Amino acid sequence: MSPTSSSASDILTADNVIVRFETAEGPITAVDDVSFKVRQGEFLSVIGPSGCGKSSLFNVIGGLLTNHQGTVQVAGETINGPHQSIGMVFQEESTFPWRNVVDNVAFPLELIGMPKAKRIEKARTFIKMVGLDGFEKRFPGELSGGMRQRVSLARTLASEPKILLMDEPFAALDEQTRLLLGDQVLRIQQQLQQTTLLITHNITEAVQMSDRILVMTYRPGKVKRIVDIDLPRPRTSEIVGSEAFGRYVAEIWNDLREEASRGMKDEEEHALHEGTAS
Amino acid sequence: MSAAPARRIALYNLVPPALGLATVVGFFVVMEVLVQTNVINRFIVPPPSEIIGSFGRVIVEEHVFSRFVFTLGECLMAGVMITIFGVAGGFLLYRYKLLQQATETWVAAMAAAPVVLAYPLFMVIFGRSAWTIIMIGFVAALPPVILKTLEGLSGTRKVLVNVGKSFNLTASQQFWKIMFPAALPTMFVGVRLGLIFALINIVGVEFLINYGGLGQLINDLAERYDLPGTYAAICFVILVSVVFFMSLEKAERWLRPVD
Ligand SMILES: Nc1ncnc2c1ncn2[C@@H]1O[C@H](COP(=O)(O)OP(=O)(O)OP(=O)(O)O)[C@@H](O)[C@H]1O
Ligand SMILES: [Mg+2]
Repeated sequence: MSPTSSSASDILTADNVIVRFETAEGPITAVDDVSFKVRQGEFLSVIGPSGCGKSSLFNVIGGLLTNHQGTVQVAGETINGPHQSIGMVFQEESTFPWRNVVDNVAFPLELIGMPKAKRIEKARTFIKMVGLDGFEKRFPGELSGGMRQRVSLARTLASEPKILLMDEPFAALDEQTRLLLGDQVLRIQQQLQQTTLLITHNITEAVQMSDRILVMTYRPGKVKRIVDIDLPRPRTSEIVGSEAFGRYVAEIWNDLREEASRGMKDEEEHALHEGTAS
Repeated sequence: MSAAPARRIALYNLVPPALGLATVVGFFVVMEVLVQTNVINRFIVPPPSEIIGSFGRVIVEEHVFSRFVFTLGECLMAGVMITIFGVAGGFLLYRYKLLQQATETWVAAMAAAPVVLAYPLFMVIFGRSAWTIIMIGFVAALPPVILKTLEGLSGTRKVLVNVGKSFNLTASQQFWKIMFPAALPTMFVGVRLGLIFALINIVGVEFLINYGGLGQLINDLAERYDLPGTYAAICFVILVSVVFFMSLEKAERWLRPVD
């Protein structure tokens, strides 16, 4: 009994994924029975209140968490550990400070034993794609936060993953950088027809970029709704002002508000409880 | 793009070393004045001019350069050994948690122990030879390298490890391509600390057992009550450490271009 019928163009399927953690206060269910499908070339955003299990879900798909229930399949192959057709970009700064930009980006190519001249040439195309040409020889310590995040993105793209997973890649950046990077990611995604999953807290960002948005509930993390975003492409940050755009944002905010306030209340109670306990 | 600002920047870069040199010279001048005016007894501290004057004598008559090379060689040997065994030891402690829990406190205690007092034991094992000196330097300097290696490996940021996992690295790739380079700067701090420990102990033991390089020379000269000579020899010990730390700094900058 799947929520949507399977089709040949589905590159990723998650079936009844459950993630539980043992904590000091007993077991918690971070992800509860989540099922969804992603089509080849699709851009899907996952949005939900803090602590609802988004990262846990991604870590299952990326193979970093393996003690889950349910199955995740990539092109029909069940995931059990990191898979070469999945590339991840993390929220935290994750460039290698001991490698310069080219060597950072060429890292996955080095792993597959590509000859040096060839991998540098290939790395350069991805560096160019994220707009960092001219910075090849710089080290991450010499770059801004936004630039480093682009290096991480280029590094993941260089491994030519079938599916790109991004866990709040812009969360640590300022608003302007975030908007510009959003445009850039969108352009690259369209250019490569890259299947992309993006975790974000930012509704505007999600609506601007996605083909579909998966809204999650707060504890346990279930799928609340999957919203189709029917806006014309190419989209840039300019469509943010349009009326249709505003309607989507309002609709998703409506869903989220309920969950977010539930989450906030839960956390407040928790804090209150801790306060009286100590 | 004009030459004038570039030259000004070059001049600015010269200011810190010039200031450093001026401080040393200033210190000498002050000491000279204090000794010459009898504020400081010249039989305790000879005037700097006499120390500088005795340089030539110490260099020619006491074979200071071969002694300098001897002490430097001992330090280098101890340095290579602490690097190899310290990094290996730190890795073992990182790899086997039980070993770490069992020994970490001991290793830390070792770092504070005055190993040099055990020199008779080393003499029994290695004889009155350079190996006694090197081994004491080695044992005294090993703990900081082990501890800093352990700290560096354990402190590797989780997200970097996850990047490695997401690229499906093998265990050995994970270590050599991520853990090791990530821990390298911290390990380097350990090696640097270790070399300080080694140098202190090596010169100390040379002095104690009256054997080998600059430490022995200091002992000889002090016994002959040649105070300017003694202080001149101490200057050469300082020179050893300066040489060491300048080359280490170079190596470090080469290993981690920017941070
Ligand atoms: N390793 C772990 N051990 C125990 N509990 C965990 C672990 N990882 C996550 N959790 C808990 O699981 C829940 C979901 O965490 P997760 O990081 O997936 O949420 P998230 O939606 O990504 O949150 P955020 O938006 O803040 O990043 C949280 O309550 C968190 O405390
Ligand atoms: Mg998260």
